[in-house]
Amino acid sequence: MTARMIVRFAGPHVSVQDGGRPGLARFGVPTSGAMDRLAMAAANTAVGNDPGAACIEISLGGLQLDCLEGPVSFAVAGGGFIVEHTAQTGGAQKEGGQKGGSWQVTTLQAGERLVIRRGPWGAWCYLAFAGKMAATEWLGSAATHSQSGLGGGQVVSGAEITVFEPRLVEGRVIPCPAFARPMTELRATLGPQDRFFAPDQIALLEAAVWRLSGAYDRMGVRLTGPLLVPRARLDMPSEPVARGSVQVAGDGVATVLLADHQTTGGYPKIVTVLDSDLDRFAQLRPGDAFRFRLVTPLAGLNQSRMMRTMRARWLEGR
Amino acid sequence: MKWPIFRPVAEHGLLVELGDRIDPLTHAAVLALDRALAARPFSGFAEAVPAYVNLLVRFDPLITDHRAVETALRALLRAPDTPVDAKAVRRVDVVYDGPDLDEVARRTGLSPEAVIAAHLGGSYQVALYGFAPGYAYLSGVPQEIALPRKEAALRGVPAGSVIIAAGQCIVTTLTMPTGWWIIGHSPTVILDAQGARPFLFDVGDRVEFRRVAS
Repeated sequence: MTARMIVRFAGPHVSVQDGGRPGLARFGVPTSGAMDRLAMAAANTAVGNDPGAACIEISLGGLQLDCLEGPVSFAVAGGGFIVEHTAQTGGAQKEGGQKGGSWQVTTLQAGERLVIRRGPWGAWCYLAFAGKMAATEWLGSAATHSQSGLGGGQVVSGAEITVFEPRLVEGRVIPCPAFARPMTELRATLGPQDRFFAPDQIALLEAAVWRLSGAYDRMGVRLTGPLLVPRARLDMPSEPVARGSVQVAGDGVATVLLADHQTTGGYPKIVTVLDSDLDRFAQLRPGDAFRFRLVTPLAGLNQSRMMRTMRARWLEGR
Repeated sequence: MKWPIFRPVAEHGLLVELGDRIDPLTHAAVLALDRALAARPFSGFAEAVPAYVNLLVRFDPLITDHRAVETALRALLRAPDTPVDAKAVRRVDVVYDGPDLDEVARRTGLSPEAVIAAHLGGSYQVALYGFAPGYAYLSGVPQEIALPRKEAALRGVPAGSVIIAAGQCIVTTLTMPTGWWIIGHSPTVILDAQGARPFLFDVGDRVEFRRVAS
């Protein structure tokens, strides 16, 4: 028994993702996986899947698909996307379709069309089918590595999606927790290469209002804001970088590195954003404003522990 | 003694610096700490990412913290070195048919055969990974064929290309752009995603190139 869908339209940066492939950074492999890991886990667990099961990550570009064989229940979580779900006959939409948003579980029948498109807030949402979505694995994970396309791959028009052992789950709303909303104050620890910058540049980083630029993909997002001028010529050997590293290129422009970041690089990292703040950061859109707030490593660790515990309880409690 | 320096990286890491310049002794110290960590990981250890002068040590913030990790790493730095795996010399076959071989020869004032001989004569070690999955930066390209990278990158360079620049060599594992000089290709599999041991090299391994006809 399988359910089958055909993709009628997919925007850029729509791809198969899962919990990623951690632990391979020493071999040049980023963890990849969902940009918003909480939203992905919420979608998966809402339909009875493992939190890190393969699902579809949808960008602001949106996704349309037609169900060829069903039924299969699905959940959409993350951001405030618009989810339309209509009967489809000969290309014309019938009356009586459902219009809703992210954070719901519902069921797709053969012959129905599902349209997911940008809504009032958020940059990424996750479509998880109840069952096992067929996805090519690479190095133990179906997460798509965007630069190479390896893993489950980009989701493009014409692609077929197969779900093995599809299940039916009662439709419901998933209450969107406050801690899944975008974050406008990003907590970060200083460095590890803050020594390349004079104290006034660190102060500027913390005082300024920053915005995400349009140069935003799964590798990272370039910021608009003041230029951060290093005090010496940038001459450092390539060093390991992390998801959340804020690197400053030779031109003074800051970039926050995200899920598909390169694992080493020769630009100084002025601060590093707490990993537990990155999912909420990922839900900001190009043009949105935020600030950095520096925290001590210990304060960051305590914040992170609190957030991780809260998220785990919330995921288990539903 | 200035080093080691432990620099916090968000809530999940410490960057352990053992120097600030690329030199064999600093890199050897990085590799020794990397081996020691692999042999005796502390509770909550997640991964280590070695580079030229430092090692990023990532940990589970629910299990441990920066201070406990620093204490564990200081103890490993004081402990006797973990022996190097004696078998860690990797052999890589090369067909010297790269599109840039003649240009490398022209720029270095050597004949193409002399470029090949120089490349084969290098003493290579995996310094670190970077740029893309499986891209191992091999140090040890002989000075006489060390060129800076090209002015412009070339797109779509196939996996298995043997490329050199800035005294380093990479055997590519994906089809990616590169601004390095392509001197040949290798039939040796460096990244086998289905394999029990997907990566032929670990950081620190020695590498020997062998010329093959095709």
